[in-house]
Amino acid sequence: MISWIIRRLFAGLVTVWFIATATFFAMHLVPGNPLDNEKAVAPEIRANLEKRYGLDKPLLAQYGIFLGNMARGDFGISFAQENREVNDILREHFPVSAVLGITALLFASIGGILGGALTAHFRGRVADRLVMVAVIAAISVPGFVVAALAQLAIVNMNSWHGSQLLPVAGWGSPSHIWVPALVLGLGTLAYLTRLMRSSMLEVMSADHIVTARAKGLSAMQVFRRHELRNALLPVVTELGPTVAAITTGGFVVELVFAIPGMGRYFVQAVQQLDYTVIMGTTVFYGAFLVLVVVVVDIIYGFIDPRIRLYGADQ
Amino acid sequence: MSSIDAGLFTPLQRDGKAIKDAEPLAVPGLLNRLAANAQARLSFAVLVALFAFAVLGPVLWPQSAAEQWLSDVSVGPSRSYQALLVDPYAEVDLPAAQQLTAVNANTEFVDLVWPPVDGAARYAIYRKLANSDTVAGLPLATVTELSYRDRLQLRRKAYVYRLVALDAGGSALQELSLRVSPVAALSVFEAQMHGLVKTGVSAASLQGQQVTIPAHPLGTDAFGRDMLARLIHGARTSLFVGLVAPLLFTAFGTLYGALAGISGGRVDQYMMRFADFVVALPFLLFMILLRVSLGIGPGDSGINTIILAMLLLSWPGPARLVRGQVLQLRGHAYVQAATIAGAGRGYLIIRHLFPNILPLLLVSLSFAIPSAIFTEAFLSFIGMGVAPPTPSWGSLCNEGIRHMMSHPHELIFPALLISIAVLAFNLFGDALRDVTDVRTRQRLI
Repeated sequence: MISWIIRRLFAGLVTVWFIATATFFAMHLVPGNPLDNEKAVAPEIRANLEKRYGLDKPLLAQYGIFLGNMARGDFGISFAQENREVNDILREHFPVSAVLGITALLFASIGGILGGALTAHFRGRVADRLVMVAVIAAISVPGFVVAALAQLAIVNMNSWHGSQLLPVAGWGSPSHIWVPALVLGLGTLAYLTRLMRSSMLEVMSADHIVTARAKGLSAMQVFRRHELRNALLPVVTELGPTVAAITTGGFVVELVFAIPGMGRYFVQAVQQLDYTVIMGTTVFYGAFLVLVVVVVDIIYGFIDPRIRLYGADQ
Repeated sequence: MSSIDAGLFTPLQRDGKAIKDAEPLAVPGLLNRLAANAQARLSFAVLVALFAFAVLGPVLWPQSAAEQWLSDVSVGPSRSYQALLVDPYAEVDLPAAQQLTAVNANTEFVDLVWPPVDGAARYAIYRKLANSDTVAGLPLATVTELSYRDRLQLRRKAYVYRLVALDAGGSALQELSLRVSPVAALSVFEAQMHGLVKTGVSAASLQGQQVTIPAHPLGTDAFGRDMLARLIHGARTSLFVGLVAPLLFTAFGTLYGALAGISGGRVDQYMMRFADFVVALPFLLFMILLRVSLGIGPGDSGINTIILAMLLLSWPGPARLVRGQVLQLRGHAYVQAATIAGAGRGYLIIRHLFPNILPLLLVSLSFAIPSAIFTEAFLSFIGMGVAPPTPSWGSLCNEGIRHMMSHPHELIFPALLISIAVLAFNLFGDALRDVTDVRTRQRLI
């Protein structure tokens, strides 16, 4: 088990290296360089600036320096905001995105698992049908539209009530979190509900459930000990992609609700061709997502003994 | 080894005809089952309607998506109307007035004239919509003459003008107000630009003619462009990207996966390890990055760049699917039997592999399409998709969301179309999966 986890982590490390390399070369494909944004400067000053940022060296040497610094956890200094380290930017903006993302994830996974399990139990009834229609609708409406509609709803609610019940945009207090998190988690909630429902239906018709009932377990016990646990397996595998969807979905929500998270910052950095910020953010996010996938794999290994015993060759 | 008599390989006969192999591609059966599925029928009908909208739209609704109707900026759904041709730059002699009067009240300009007020040094003019609750209204100007021409974005609505006579110290002496309903008008220059009247004719000869301003069934955007025309052209962009990108990356992924699966061994391992790497790239971050890296030239719409970026990032999905299927098939007894019987690689691919992966690929494709539409919409929404002025549903939403409070139609229509398209593709994919009985856990989002 331990060696398996170590192998998994090592594979993750190699993946992060690949992400960093792909980002570096994709970035250097862009015509021009970040200093082009500056006002026209004397050639000597420009040469000095290029020297400071290492842009005068050959591409492979720059790549080597980049990898070396990255291994030490140093992503360099932002081009657009001088004297600001990329690490500082990450430290300031990532927690905002993380709080938003975790709230959304909790909301989506708890809601999705419960919703899916319940609709499966009430299969074919009116409530089930309604939930499934709502789920399909929620999957089909783009996130930015949901965000805009939510904002419109808050505005109308506030003006109808005559005072500010919920803030329309911004960040800073707990009341700023709920609506963006709900919006962000909605698509995933819908998706997980569907997944959980079909997984639950499959489990409910399995022989061991019939056995459990036959030996006299109460409905609640069957539900908790046999149905829920088994039905959760496919949902857990989906947690990795889910985290990815929520992190990137955060871009739009942050944009619409004016939340100072990483997403808004990244879009801005790309527009300014801020090499160091783009590479820092991409590698950081890539590493984060790889870590999530590895952790999910490990959790999966704990839940499903088959993987532990027969290896993880899927 | 002695050669085997070729006659041994003549097909068996039944009822005097050679027995053919069973038809490997069960496409007719698939279509029949799809046709029997109500959900598939409904969603297919919606999809046909959407494609008809995109393909036939420009023929049925020939208005240009770029033409600006500056007198109808951000209007909701509107009918066509008659407008008077006027020349806003012609010299007009204004009569002396006994009271506050509006001369030539049309939507291009309103001439106000008023009698002098004793002791007044200047006059402040305000304007508001007749049905608005505000008291003051928009301050237009402070003048010393006894006339004023208002040319500020007049609509076909009733306005109330308020004239305040001020003394030299700035305190109000007298207040006059007037309700004005300007008649619909269009400047001669604009009418010529839109091709409503002949060009090269003097403005004076055209003045006073009536022209018909076309209807905007879904309103106009903030630049006065027809929403219906923009939605049609946006549908072409969005559906083109949504269809072509998944077709390309599914085709490439299929080739890659089949090659890996058939080659097996070390080649397979390396090829799939590379696919794993590509999967690990944060998708949307890299879409944005590649959109910038691959670049779009001046005047380029950026559609090809988006498709290329999607191709570069999305092929591993189908590749894994196909490779898994190939490996599974290689283990099947009937494939081994065929191999022993001397079947070549080409025969195996066409006879056994392709029919087996086709339903799987169709289902995967039917979920890849809505997801590609979403991706394009997302990129265009954050301003990293198609370049303006090319419309796409996502970029229309991006423009619409800025005026969401005052002109909701600019957001609602494109958002509705995206939702309907994605919904229809999802429902169709669902039905297809039920019909083909392919057990995949496809990610819908």
